Amino acid sequence: MEEFKNILQHRILVLDGAMGTMIQQYKFSEEDYRGEQFKEYHISVKGNNDMLSITQPQAIKEIHKKYLEAGADIIETNTFSSTTIAMADYGMEEYVYELNYQSAKIAKEIAEEFTLKNPLKPRFVAGSIGPTNRTASMSPDVNDPGFRAVTFEDLRKAYKQQVEALIDGGADVLLVETVFDTLNAKAALFAIEEVKEEREMEIPIMLSGTITDASGRTLSGQTAEAFLISVEHIPLVSIGFNCALGAKQLTPHLEVLAQKSNIGISAHPNAGLPNAFGEYDETPEEMAAQIKEYLDKSLVNIIGGCCGTTPAHIKAISNLVENYKPRYVV
Amino acid sequence: MMNETKKYLKLSGLEPLIITPDSNFINVGERTNVAGSRKFLRLIKEEKFDEALAIARHQVEGGAQIIDINMDDGLIDGKDSMVRFMNLIAAEPDIARVPIMIDSSKWEIIEAGLQVAQGKCVVNSISLKEGEAQFIHQAKLIKRYGAAVIIMAFDEIGQADTYDRRIEIAKRSYDILVNKVNFPSEDIIFDLNIFPVATGMDEHKLNAIDFIEATRWVRKNLPNVSVSGGVSNVSFSFRGNNVVREAMHSVFLYYAIKAGMNMGIVNPTMLEVYDEIPKDLLEYVEDVILNRREDATERLLNFAETVKGTAKEQKVDLSWREKTLQDRITHALVKGLDEFIIEDIEEARQQVAKPIEVIEGNLMIGMNVVGDLFGSGKMFLPQVVKSARVMKKAVAYLLPYIEAEKGEVSKANGKILLATVKGDVHDIGKNIVGVVLGCNNYDIVDLGVMVAPDKIIETAKSENVDVIGLSGLITPSLDEMAFLAKEMERLKFKVPLLIGGATTSKAHTAVKIDTQYSNAVVHVNDASRAVTVVGDLLNNRINQKYIGDIKADYVKVREGFLSRASKKEYLSLDEARKNKFKIDWNTSNIAVPSFIGTKTIEDFELNKLLAYIDWSPFFRSWELHGKYPAILTDKVVGKEATNLFKDAKELLQKVIDQKLLKAKAVFGIFPANSCIDDIEVYKDEDRNKVKTTIFTLRQQLKKKEGIPSIALSDFIAPKETNIKDYIGSFCVSTGFGTAELAAEFEKNHDDYNSIMIKALADRLAEAFAEYLHEKVRIKYWGYAKNEQLSNEELIKENYVGIRPAPGYPACPDHNEKTTIWQLLNVKEAIGVELTDSLAMWPAASVSGYYFASDQAKYFGLGKITQEQVKDFAIRKKMDFEVAKRWLSPNLAE
Repeated sequence: MEEFKNILQHRILVLDGAMGTMIQQYKFSEEDYRGEQFKEYHISVKGNNDMLSITQPQAIKEIHKKYLEAGADIIETNTFSSTTIAMADYGMEEYVYELNYQSAKIAKEIAEEFTLKNPLKPRFVAGSIGPTNRTASMSPDVNDPGFRAVTFEDLRKAYKQQVEALIDGGADVLLVETVFDTLNAKAALFAIEEVKEEREMEIPIMLSGTITDASGRTLSGQTAEAFLISVEHIPLVSIGFNCALGAKQLTPHLEVLAQKSNIGISAHPNAGLPNAFGEYDETPEEMAAQIKEYLDKSLVNIIGGCCGTTPAHIKAISNLVENYKPRYVV
Repeated sequence: MMNETKKYLKLSGLEPLIITPDSNFINVGERTNVAGSRKFLRLIKEEKFDEALAIARHQVEGGAQIIDINMDDGLIDGKDSMVRFMNLIAAEPDIARVPIMIDSSKWEIIEAGLQVAQGKCVVNSISLKEGEAQFIHQAKLIKRYGAAVIIMAFDEIGQADTYDRRIEIAKRSYDILVNKVNFPSEDIIFDLNIFPVATGMDEHKLNAIDFIEATRWVRKNLPNVSVSGGVSNVSFSFRGNNVVREAMHSVFLYYAIKAGMNMGIVNPTMLEVYDEIPKDLLEYVEDVILNRREDATERLLNFAETVKGTAKEQKVDLSWREKTLQDRITHALVKGLDEFIIEDIEEARQQVAKPIEVIEGNLMIGMNVVGDLFGSGKMFLPQVVKSARVMKKAVAYLLPYIEAEKGEVSKANGKILLATVKGDVHDIGKNIVGVVLGCNNYDIVDLGVMVAPDKIIETAKSENVDVIGLSGLITPSLDEMAFLAKEMERLKFKVPLLIGGATTSKAHTAVKIDTQYSNAVVHVNDASRAVTVVGDLLNNRINQKYIGDIKADYVKVREGFLSRASKKEYLSLDEARKNKFKIDWNTSNIAVPSFIGTKTIEDFELNKLLAYIDWSPFFRSWELHGKYPAILTDKVVGKEATNLFKDAKELLQKVIDQKLLKAKAVFGIFPANSCIDDIEVYKDEDRNKVKTTIFTLRQQLKKKEGIPSIALSDFIAPKETNIKDYIGSFCVSTGFGTAELAAEFEKNHDDYNSIMIKALADRLAEAFAEYLHEKVRIKYWGYAKNEQLSNEELIKENYVGIRPAPGYPACPDHNEKTTIWQLLNVKEAIGVELTDSLAMWPAASVSGYYFASDQAKYFGLGKITQEQVKDFAIRKKMDFEVAKRWLSPNLAE
């Protein structure tokens, strides 16, 4: 905890890029997804990227390695959807502990290898905690606005299980990310606090919301500042935004956070906005040019990429940040 | 407001609510409380959640900054109702924008509420009533859920009812929360129990004063906390006598807020204005609240008998509703009353064959009355605009019927195109002209602000308009108008061109615009003239003569102007410089500013600006001339001014309560020295790196012996003196939100308020500039630490130092705004932008420089010669022709 916080004061940390984009390049088949363990599984699992940590661990490790080689200080575990709630789509609730544990373990092993090679640049594993596919603040049924498909209690329990497994597997940091509903995030944070208290331990928490459109609000309707106020009760090492928008569009929202808070600021934007085919086509150079603007403004402490970004993007970002000091953090 | 490390209570719904020492009293809405509202209880019992939501919405619209929700009732399932109601609120963005106060005496209801709120709530309440262990447990969970908490002054022994018990429990609660739970102190709110006074029982005598004193103690001794309470309790013994109750609430709040109570539950309809409480009643009530005499209660009781039954509500005179249909419609139009207009119009519609006849008949009869009254000076502009609102509403109602009939629409008197020219954003005057002409049955095509010339030309053609009206407020707009006139000539236009706006003048129109266009050009600077001018221009019988007369008049103006101009004598630039305004710098006391660099103020409390408003220009913008406050009692316009003032204050209050406008400012103070007519602004106190240079202009008109030729640079110590001097700069804006509000009003056919909001925003911006200047003098620069001036004295500019603005007489060069924008990073800091013509956007913004010298004074540059413009262009590295164009209004012919 102290080490991570300490480094954050002295340099800008680089977070890795997209996992999904990299997995796509392997063009895994249904059989590949199933691997040995799920050979006879009763439904199709193609697209369940998180399970590749169990069935194709080498590929996941390779992806992590590429990001570490590109200069990432922090790599994210392949666990964005590893909660009982998100895994319900595949009927894989019972494997949630294993998914998180294995993912964290793979990431930790490769990160330690790199740290050993260059102890002056220690690498960290961030346990990725996604928003799940349900929202606690909004009704999925337009005719019944008071209805909720998931409750705080459901979320808290699911997140608690994920958090415990991530920590057991070796996560150094927890990253609650792509928060589109602050209430979901509050449940995750609540669960983390419970685990911390029960285990009498500390672990740094990063939080990253997502602003989905030009209105400058989260999907659940909060302004950036309201979002910040709603999660400030938890001691976070950083807060920021990721996904949904490219680096350019994210700037004004990051500025709000940077202005209103004195903890670290993180950003992992997409590689631009999707083109007509839904692909992200901002080149590493283009993205780095945008990110240079953050740096010139001393806006961030942690910077990485989300959808569409590759090791080349991270490399470009990593080269760039070497010349900059982080935003001052109290 | 600024980046300070002090801890403030921060709450959130969809939007933030931050309570700082500068915040006003935070009003908590209490109608969504089953214990406080019988209606709400009934609705929840009957599961009429839609109607219950309407109550919540009403509260938020009414200005509640937090809504208290309470479902504690034996006959309803509190937990279920709390969750359901909060979930429903979450789906209503207009309610969910404010934070929620989860109010229950049952922990399970509180926790259920906390689990469905994405924002940061307030828990109301927990206490030491059940002992320390439970208190700690609950506080810990509240912290983990992320909420603030109200702590009742209640412990194992009971409720605190004396001063000592209140502070004892508050202190103990605070220590446990801060030291054992690690609860953020700024998230603690104490409810120190407001109990009734004047109950007749001796032990209740101190109830109010003990609360007030305990509040004072808590705010002083327990850092960062807030104090809240339910105010109506205090007057409980006077139920049924609202006059006394309202006075008691107001007196109680007056003292409690002074002592540090910063939030609470207050029913705004049960509150008298402190200053308006009759002297005698005030004395009796204060005696009771402050426990100032033994017999206070009896005296108030006796007095209360005499004021009982005085109703506060005013009765509305509805006798005009008895009159004939036409009279009612006319009355509604003349008085600007829209309450019954739809009803009356529907009645009229049923009496005619075609709906269009209602417009041509009933409404036009009424509007003609309005027009006559206005023409004869018996109605004033604000009233006419209100009439137009009623008219628009009526027409909007009729339109679907007219379209359904596909009947012929009656021919309007003519079609008028109105636009504020490219680069300019000011449109109050233009909108007024539009409304007034609209009232007189002209079709208005309003292209809005910043309209490019080709768009004006194109629209004029495609819409086949009869008149084009151009408006602008800043100097570059004059060129735009001349350019457009030239284009109209080139494209062989025949329609008349109207010119209006604050910088335009008859002379300018005659000299610069009339010469470009061979058809009619008319300078119209007030809305009431617009109707007659347009009427004459479009009247086939007389218009040729009329146009001829105007042309002839302008020739005369031109000749007079040109001959006058040539008579004036000017000093050469060198002579003028030698004749500079001299300050003995060796004996001048230059105060060192308390900081160097820039500061930004975000989201400033509008409330604080009220005292700084200069109202006279506001009335002027409505064409009511006279000085405030004398104008309110003026024999001719007094009544109208008073009505306008009342409406303005109402809207202003709404703007403040609902935070509809955002006030932002950026300002800075920098080391500076002058170099002849330039002011060098330095990076730091070493004064060897020039950050930017401000180029000032010098008076050249020949004056009497001994009168100096001033430039702003004269007010800054010259470089060669080696005296350290400074200059300040600022930009304030209260315009964020104006455009949206105006659009909203326009959507509802409410031009009156659309114009009003812009006029108010302008006033607030000026007030903000005044306020900030004062703070700079007293605090940030601090060269006038002991200044104490009233608003009147401020308006009269009795302060030390000046704040000239680019584009105004002392520095007419609008380009200097660009320098300010660079110097202060204005756009990045507060979002105010400059248009192509260097108008500020949003329009309600003010920018300028601060000069601190006690010798500095406002002056007008007057005319300058080409020699200086050339010199200026070289210093500024600017094209001579460009410089000439910008300075054309000041250029001697």
